Formats: sequence, C-alpha cells, structure tokens
Amino acid sequence: MAEFRMPSLGADMETGKLAQWLVKPGDRVARGDIVAVVETQKGAIDVEIFEGGVVQQILVPEGSEVPVGTPLALVDGAVPSASAPPVAAAPSLPGTPAPSAAASPAAVPAPAAPVPAAPRVRASPAARRLAAELAVDLATVRGTRLDGAVTLDDVRAAAAAKAPAPAPAPVPAAEDRAAAMRAAIAAAMSRSKREIPHYYLGTKIDLKRALDWLEAENRKRPITERLLPAVLLLKAVALAVREVPETNGFWVDGAFRPSTPVHLGVAISLPHGGLVAPAIHDADGLSLDALMAALRDVVERARVGRLRSSEVTDPTITVTNLGEQGVGTVYGVIYPPQVALVGFGAVVERPWAVGGLLGVRPIVSATLSADHRASVGHRGARFLAAIDRLLQEPEKL
Amino acid sequence: MTATLPATVKLTYREAMRAAIREALQRDERVFLMGEDVGRYGGCFAVSQGLLAEFGPERVRDTPLSEDTFVGAGIGAALAGMRPIVEIMTVNFSLLALDQIMNNAATLLHMSGGQFNVPLVIRMTTGAGRQLAAQHSHSLEGWFAHIPGLKILVPATLEDARGMLWPALQDPDPVLIFENGRLYTLEGELPAEPPPVDIAHAAVRRPGDDLTLITYGGTLGTALAAADRLAAEGIDAEVIDLRVLRPLDDATVLASVARTHRAVIVDEGWRSGGLSAEVSARIMEGAFYDLDAPVARVCSAEVPMPYPYHLEQAALPQPDTVAAAARALIGAAHG
Repeated sequence: MAEFRMPSLGADMETGKLAQWLVKPGDRVARGDIVAVVETQKGAIDVEIFEGGVVQQILVPEGSEVPVGTPLALVDGAVPSASAPPVAAAPSLPGTPAPSAAASPAAVPAPAAPVPAAPRVRASPAARRLAAELAVDLATVRGTRLDGAVTLDDVRAAAAAKAPAPAPAPVPAAEDRAAAMRAAIAAAMSRSKREIPHYYLGTKIDLKRALDWLEAENRKRPITERLLPAVLLLKAVALAVREVPETNGFWVDGAFRPSTPVHLGVAISLPHGGLVAPAIHDADGLSLDALMAALRDVVERARVGRLRSSEVTDPTITVTNLGEQGVGTVYGVIYPPQVALVGFGAVVERPWAVGGLLGVRPIVSATLSADHRASVGHRGARFLAAIDRLLQEPEKL
Repeated sequence: MTATLPATVKLTYREAMRAAIREALQRDERVFLMGEDVGRYGGCFAVSQGLLAEFGPERVRDTPLSEDTFVGAGIGAALAGMRPIVEIMTVNFSLLALDQIMNNAATLLHMSGGQFNVPLVIRMTTGAGRQLAAQHSHSLEGWFAHIPGLKILVPATLEDARGMLWPALQDPDPVLIFENGRLYTLEGELPAEPPPVDIAHAAVRRPGDDLTLITYGGTLGTALAAADRLAAEGIDAEVIDLRVLRPLDDATVLASVARTHRAVIVDEGWRSGGLSAEVSARIMEGAFYDLDAPVARVCSAEVPMPYPYHLEQAALPQPDTVAAAARALIGAAHG
C-alpha cells in the first residue's frame, strides 16, 4: 500500500488545496496519470501519480487545504517507495518533492533511512469501504469494537460529526490569485537572492546562420508546423547542458545534486503579472518539431492554469526569453533549488565584423545566471560558448 | 365454492419422518427400508414403528449389525433399479460403512463415465444431548459434506422432516439425511397435506438486520433461542438454517451477511476443519468487504462428547454462548 501525498509544487509551497479528485476508490492508475487537481498559489495544477496501482481510499476530500506531504490517497499494488515523504526528506527544501526523486533517481538520491510505516488502523472491511466512500479518514475515527477496531457505525458517526461537507472551494478572485502568485514569486526570489551566490556571464551570439536556416526550413512547412527561433535557443541550451552538467540539477542540503535528464524550465509570463516556469521534460532528446509542440502545449496550458505537477516540480534549469519585450540583456534570478538560469534578450540587427568585414547581423544577448556553489565562472563561460557554437550549426540541432 | 382452511395435524419430528417413509413406500414400489432393528423393533428411535406390519418384510427389512454390508447392499439395489432407504443407527457407526459411502456410492457415477447413478438414500441419527456418550453422540455430517458425489440434507424442522425424503428419493444420486437425535421429540403442527420442500436452498428462519446466525440441524433451536434473547436486548438477529450442507447455498448466506455485516456460525460439529470453517471461508471469499466484524463461530468443545449431563451441556453450543458471541460482534456501539 502506497500513499499518494500532497506534492510540493513550488519552492515555497507549504500547503495545497485539493480542488478536485479525478479518480475514485477502485480505479486503476498508472504512473504518470493525472489523478487530482491541486490549487496552489500558481493556479490549478494537474497532479500526476508516480506509482501505479489501484486507488484504495481517498483520504482528503475535495476542498481541503492540507500541508505538503499529507497523504491524500492510498494506492495498492504499488511497489512501496523507498523514498521518504517529501517533507521528511528535505525539510529545508520543500521544493524538491519525492515525486521528482522517483522520476529521476539520479537527481535526488533517496535518503538512506527507510521511513517506518504508520501503524495500520484496525477497521473492518465494510468500515474501510464506507470510510472511503464518505471520505472519512480512518485514522481520526475512534473504534468502539471490543478490540478497538473501527466499525461501520463508527464511520457513520465520524461522518456525521464532521463539519458539514466543505463547500466546493470557491474559485479565488483573479486579484486574489494574482496576489497569491506574487507572494509565491516574492518568497522564491527572496530566497534565491538570500541564499544563492549568483554570478553572471553574458555574451552576444550571431544568429545569422541559425535564422537563415530556420527561414529556409519554415518555407518548406505549412504555417502550422513552422518553428519559432525560441525553439533553436531552447534546444541549444539543452544540448549545452550536457557539456557543462554543473548547470543542471539542484542545490540540496549543502550539496549539488546533478540531474542526468535535462528538464528545461520555460519561463512563461501570465496575465496580471504572474510567472511560471514549467518543465519541458528531456528537452535535450527532443527533435525541434517535438520541442516546438511541447513548447506550444505548455504555454497554452500555463496560460489557462492547467499545468501538471511534474512540469511544475521537475525543471532542472530554466530559460527565460524576454526578447519579445525588446529588452537587450537579461540578468536573471535563479529559481531555487535550481542552480542556473539562461536569459535571452531581443534579437536585434547590429553591425558585426566577421572575417575582417563589417556586416549587419541578427544578434542576441545570452546571459547565464549561475550558482557559484555549483559551478565556477570558467565552466559557465564554456556553457555560453557551447550555446553559441551549437547555434552556428542549426541543422544539427 | 367454499374455501376451507387446510386441516393441520399435530405430530412430532419422529412421526413426520415416519409419515415421509410411509408415503414413499406407498407412492413408489421400488422404495424399501432397511437397517438395524427397523422392522420388528420399530427402529432404534422408533421412527419406523408399525411399518413392518403395514408393508411386510420384503419392504421393511431388518439387517445384521454390519453397516458396511447393508450399505453396500443398498448401493447394489440402487444400481439395480430400486430406491432403497438405508437407515444407519447413528453417524458414529456410519464410519464402518464409510468405504461403501465414499468409495462406491459417491464415485460410481464418475467412475462409470456417467453410466451408473446410485439413487440411494441413507438416513442416520447425529448429535448429542441425550447422554449417549462419545460413541453415539458426535456430529460428523460436516465430514460427509466434504465428499463430492453426495448430497447432504439436515432437516431441522417438522416441514423438512416430513418433506425432504421424497425429493431425496427422486434424486438420481446418493443423498444422506442427518436427523439430529434431539429433534425426534420436537412437536408441532403440519398441514395434513404438507407442501413440497426443496432440497437445494438454505432458509431464513427468522429475519433480522443486525447480524446473521448461521446454523443447521440440532442447533437451529439453539440459534433461535439465542435470537430471542438478543431481541430482548435490542439486537435483531437473522437466523439462517442451511438445510443442505452439500452443495452449500452460498447465495442465501452471502445475501444475508451483505445486509447485516456480521455473522456467527453455530455448528454442533467440532470447530477445527469443520463445516463452520467452510462456511466462514465462503463468507470471506464472497462477502469480505461487507463484513464489519470477524466471522465468529460457536461449535462443540473439541473433546469426545462427555457422558455426564452437565459436561455434555457444557460441550454443546447453548443459547447463552451463541448470544455472547453475537454481542461481541456487535461491540460497544450497542452497549
């Protein structure tokens, strides 16, 4: 029996509101299935389950706000997870949830000490079934059988005693949600600037070859399948990460934990000043077409507030592209517990000398904000150089 | 046209059984009764009193004290087209005939590739409570219920004592009827023309909502008495009479437990490996998620049945012990 717990969906998320269950007891779930919607400061998140099995019991009713790590449901048939609940695993780092550990063991090694299982509640089979139906937490029910077991009557009494079923969570007003998100961003960024010794490197990259290739490529495609320049930048970053792995992963408990997969966080600005950076999973292995599709998908869903939990928790490095706003250079703030953020400014035409001749070239400013605890400037420089080099051979991206 | 109430007759379980045998002898000339002292003595429990005079020595036959032999003769007669009713004095002595019952009666249809049915009925007394000591008092019907090829009937009421024999004789395969010795003196009224009974289903003898008492044969009265005591305490017990131990009527039991969520099995047999264990297992298999408490059992003490009255009574399921088991299942919620 495995417990499905309230995931940590952000560096400073302490509680989450279980907005909606998408499964019920008896449903079979597979790893990666979306099983619930959790309301966070960053909007409604579709939460995936990381262990397959059969949903035995719903422990937290819709509308309840519970701390991160609270068991939400019991799932049977799952291989018991060796990893501790997220809160216990990294008390100083709620931003690194167990699900991400399960998804990429290399990223966050499981703690050595197994967590002892909570004592099983003594309850009759019929009481368990009714408790699941009524969303009564058996652990909170006093058993009146002679042996202390919880009976049907006990569950009925507990259900009756419960405050009237929580009203469906009112949809927060847009201003409230914006304020909450602002508070979340404030907390994460404050922590970043408080804890992370940033260093910044910048370079200017000639995009002529890349954009020429892209133009030729797009001419061959129907409009719907055309690629955006941003896709080339993202892919170049994802590949550069492989060369300089110190930029990819998490700083956890005083140590850098590199990640083998490259889950590229893409900063997406939302109406009302919000900001999210959901992951495009395994971006280094995606073709440009797949990356384009993934980018389009994640942007659309971010704008309507339907991100998945793994997208919110998994990014191993973030890219922010403020070129649309015409800004020249980005000096980004790292999103903890990540250790690097890559910023791109606007692509602008500039006089540029190549081979002793002056020409006009499309130039983009690329910057790296990196955690000096995880990498040194020399390696950061190599990272930016790799991006530049990769963008000079767009056909290989 | 005038409607008349059906006439009823007052009689005992013993007399109901006798009436059933007489009816069978009258209706089908292939039927005959044989066993130890069934003729001149009128049966060890006086079930067949008067039948020898009425039907003659061809059809009511005394046998030597040789259970293996006369049960075997009954099997042969059945194979040859007769419809024998073989009486064994008590279930304890049936062990002498176990080879015939199990290795021949129960298997011949199978071993002949379906060519030979054995339309045999064996009646025997079972149970304790009459100070007949360990060699005459055991309840071994659960053992026979283990054997494929047999049908096991346990009439616990006047209706079943009167009604089960005829359908048993119509069954093409061997049927064993276990008559609990305590029941012979049970008295009541039956319609003069008793309605037919089935030999396939359990019966709800007392409807109730709070728990199910599952029993058969000699302990049906025990369970009903316990249910009366529980009713006085506000606990509404349903009582199921299994009636047929093989094949068991799971559906009736499971439907009841699904409603009451609690079950106590009352069985005069021993607990270990007994019929109560089988019923309990079927409830686990078929109604686990309906259970609000572990299935409980009240069985006879696991000793050879004592002779002294107080010890014999202490060894048997009693209304008090059944009611106590039921209360424990209900738990503190009902005080």
